[in-house]
Amino acid sequence: MPPHMNVVVCAKQIPDPAAPGELDPNTKTLKREGKLILDDSDAYGVEMGLQLADKAGGGEVTLISMAPNSEVSGLRTALAMGAAKAILVSDEALQGTDSLGTAKVLAAAIKRAEPDLVLTATESTDGYTGVLPAQVAEILGWPSITFAKHIEVADGTAKVQRQTEEGYDEVEASLPAIVSVTAGVVEPRYPSFKGIMAAKNKPVDEVKITDLGLSADDVGWKGARQEIVDVSPAEERQAGEIVEDEGDAHERIVQFLEKLKVI
Amino acid sequence: MAVSTTWVFAESSEGKVATITLELLTKARALGGTVEAFYGGGDADAIAEQLGKFGATKMYAADAGDVLQGAPVAAAMAAQIESGNKPDLILFGQTYDGRDVAGRLSAKLDKPALTNGVDVSADGDKVTVQNAIFGGNTLVQTAFAGDGPFLALFRPKSFAAEEGGGGAAEVVKVGVPDTGTAGQSKVLDRHVEEHTGPKLDEAEVVVSGGRGLGAAEKYEMIEQLAKLLKGAPGASRAIVDAGWVPYAYQVGQTGKVVKPNVYIAAGISGATQHLVGMKGAKNIIAINKDKDAPIFSIADLGIVGDVHKVIPKLLEALQAKG
Ligand SMILES: Cc1cc2nc3c(=O)[nH]c(=O)nc-3n(C[C@H](O)[C@H](O)[C@H](O)COP(=O)(O)OP(=O)(O)OC[C@H]3O[C@@H](n4cnc5c(N)ncnc54)[C@H](O)[C@@H]3O)c2cc1C
Ligand SMILES: Cc1cc2nc3c(=O)[nH]c(=O)nc-3n(C[C@H](O)[C@H](O)[C@H](O)COP(=O)(O)OP(=O)(O)OC[C@H]3O[C@@H](n4cnc5c(N)ncnc54)[C@H](O)[C@@H]3O)c2cc1C
Repeated sequence: MPPHMNVVVCAKQIPDPAAPGELDPNTKTLKREGKLILDDSDAYGVEMGLQLADKAGGGEVTLISMAPNSEVSGLRTALAMGAAKAILVSDEALQGTDSLGTAKVLAAAIKRAEPDLVLTATESTDGYTGVLPAQVAEILGWPSITFAKHIEVADGTAKVQRQTEEGYDEVEASLPAIVSVTAGVVEPRYPSFKGIMAAKNKPVDEVKITDLGLSADDVGWKGARQEIVDVSPAEERQAGEIVEDEGDAHERIVQFLEKLKVI
Repeated sequence: MAVSTTWVFAESSEGKVATITLELLTKARALGGTVEAFYGGGDADAIAEQLGKFGATKMYAADAGDVLQGAPVAAAMAAQIESGNKPDLILFGQTYDGRDVAGRLSAKLDKPALTNGVDVSADGDKVTVQNAIFGGNTLVQTAFAGDGPFLALFRPKSFAAEEGGGGAAEVVKVGVPDTGTAGQSKVLDRHVEEHTGPKLDEAEVVVSGGRGLGAAEKYEMIEQLAKLLKGAPGASRAIVDAGWVPYAYQVGQTGKVVKPNVYIAAGISGATQHLVGMKGAKNIIAINKDKDAPIFSIADLGIVGDVHKVIPKLLEALQAKG
């Protein structure tokens, strides 16, 4: 077991999912205005990273985030949970970046941090493409294990229970590796008051894409090589009959099922 | 030139081809051109006939061994593409392995991947993928720019699986390039959870319970009702996260997509992330004590009532009918 276990956690900062989503009529991409928050899905990675570093008896959690407008609100939440520091990639040139472009940026930032292990969520709440972890792993030339519901690290190896259609697989990979975690892999802690105060002074290293050795052609609209050609409302399903239960509503269900010949 | 060759990333379990693969093969046929499968398992010969029936004339078989398929299968695909077997389009399921292989291949070829698709069309050289966002109320059409192969991932149940009447696919064994440690995520053991009755995503009737059940032990009502209707029990994420039922029961954006004949939602509010997983059902029955619950806006029969009163009576009535 490495005496130091340094973990990078990819932490996406997203618009509040409780607010209804809206597309920008010009760019036809999701509006990302106002304050961003830490994607709930990444709180599991942060907690897992903290626990693994703790178990190893040393090491720390570094956050990596790509976000517009030097956004740090979500990072502060994760720092308050106990992460030591953060690398924030914020650059005008990143507007319109697709998943592969994002993967290039995150992979370059990960190289800077030189971690033993990288944790991500299986998919983000706002974009949910779900291919980013594999893309990052391929760019780095590292093994990856996606959909982890349990992780143990020992002797330079990650042992993971990977969710499957039928149950789960026991999978093992050597470090450094990238592991994507499902909700429920651990119970994320709430930041304490002390944590919140401490987070204000933790270092956030803000970088541009050129600092990472990337050019504007790799990312942004140009890098994406896809074009949204149309946005239209889907056909709505109509509401049917609504019945207040007066003690006999189950009979209505029975009739409905009989009509469909289900019973 | 329209789409002349489409590949489908094939998945299977215990000699049976995954439904999503059959759905993708059916769609690939509709795009015109040649349909070929690419498979990373060790039992290619066992599934060649099934793949052929649904339209694959050929299957590339790259036996990845007991490792996760992402890196080795992506490398095998890239090797074929480099050697000149270049498809215009590669279709993947938005599945565990589909995402791993597509993600790896996307980075390897430096090509974008369009994800969560619900439809695809080809018009001359232009290939367009359709997505449903905001809980399915908005449709977005995205076209690939630049050169193929174009990589696209689709949500299960986006297409109906229909046989095309072809003979067994020709099995072409292809090598798996050495991918170093990247390809060495070793699968040591597989755990299959016991289950009886029809599979959640194949059942004709699905009965799902949500937080409105109030307590974990009340889920038994849902299981009983599902059993009486020869269906499968499902759940909202709220009660999966609460640990009442395993993740495999979850219906929705981050769970299973179901399209049964009848879907019964009991004590489920109808959040958009739940709706995307079930609003393709032919008939929807909702039981919720709040008459303003969003689930009622898509229900064919909505019962404003208490699940603890309605379901026990329903169980009794169904048992009485025998
Ligand atoms: C509705 C919608 C649909 C989209 N569809 C596509 C598509 O089909 N193809 C495509 O290429 N792009 C698509 N995009 C763009 C894509 O979401 C963004 O490029 C995004 O930056 C990366 O993808 P993701 O969050 O979906 O990745 P996912 O693969 O869902 O992310 C997995 C994990 O990676 C980490 N992560 C992701 N982004 C960041 C970040 N910026 N900073 C830190 N960690 C991060 C998080 O841990 C996250 O949970 C779509 C965007 C939206 C809003
Ligand atoms: C990225 C992301 C992905 C998600 N993916 C999924 C997904 O795949 N699937 C999913 O389901 N959710 C998903 N969610 C969560 C979703 O937003 C909702 O939180 C969840 O579906 C709510 O579950 P629920 O309806 O059981 O609970 P609640 O929203 O709490 O609703 C409970 C309902 O029960 C009713 N009720 C209470 N008591 C009774 C009673 N005695 N009798 C009758 N009715 C009663 C209430 O009126 C209420 O409408 C996702 C969320 C995010 C952010």
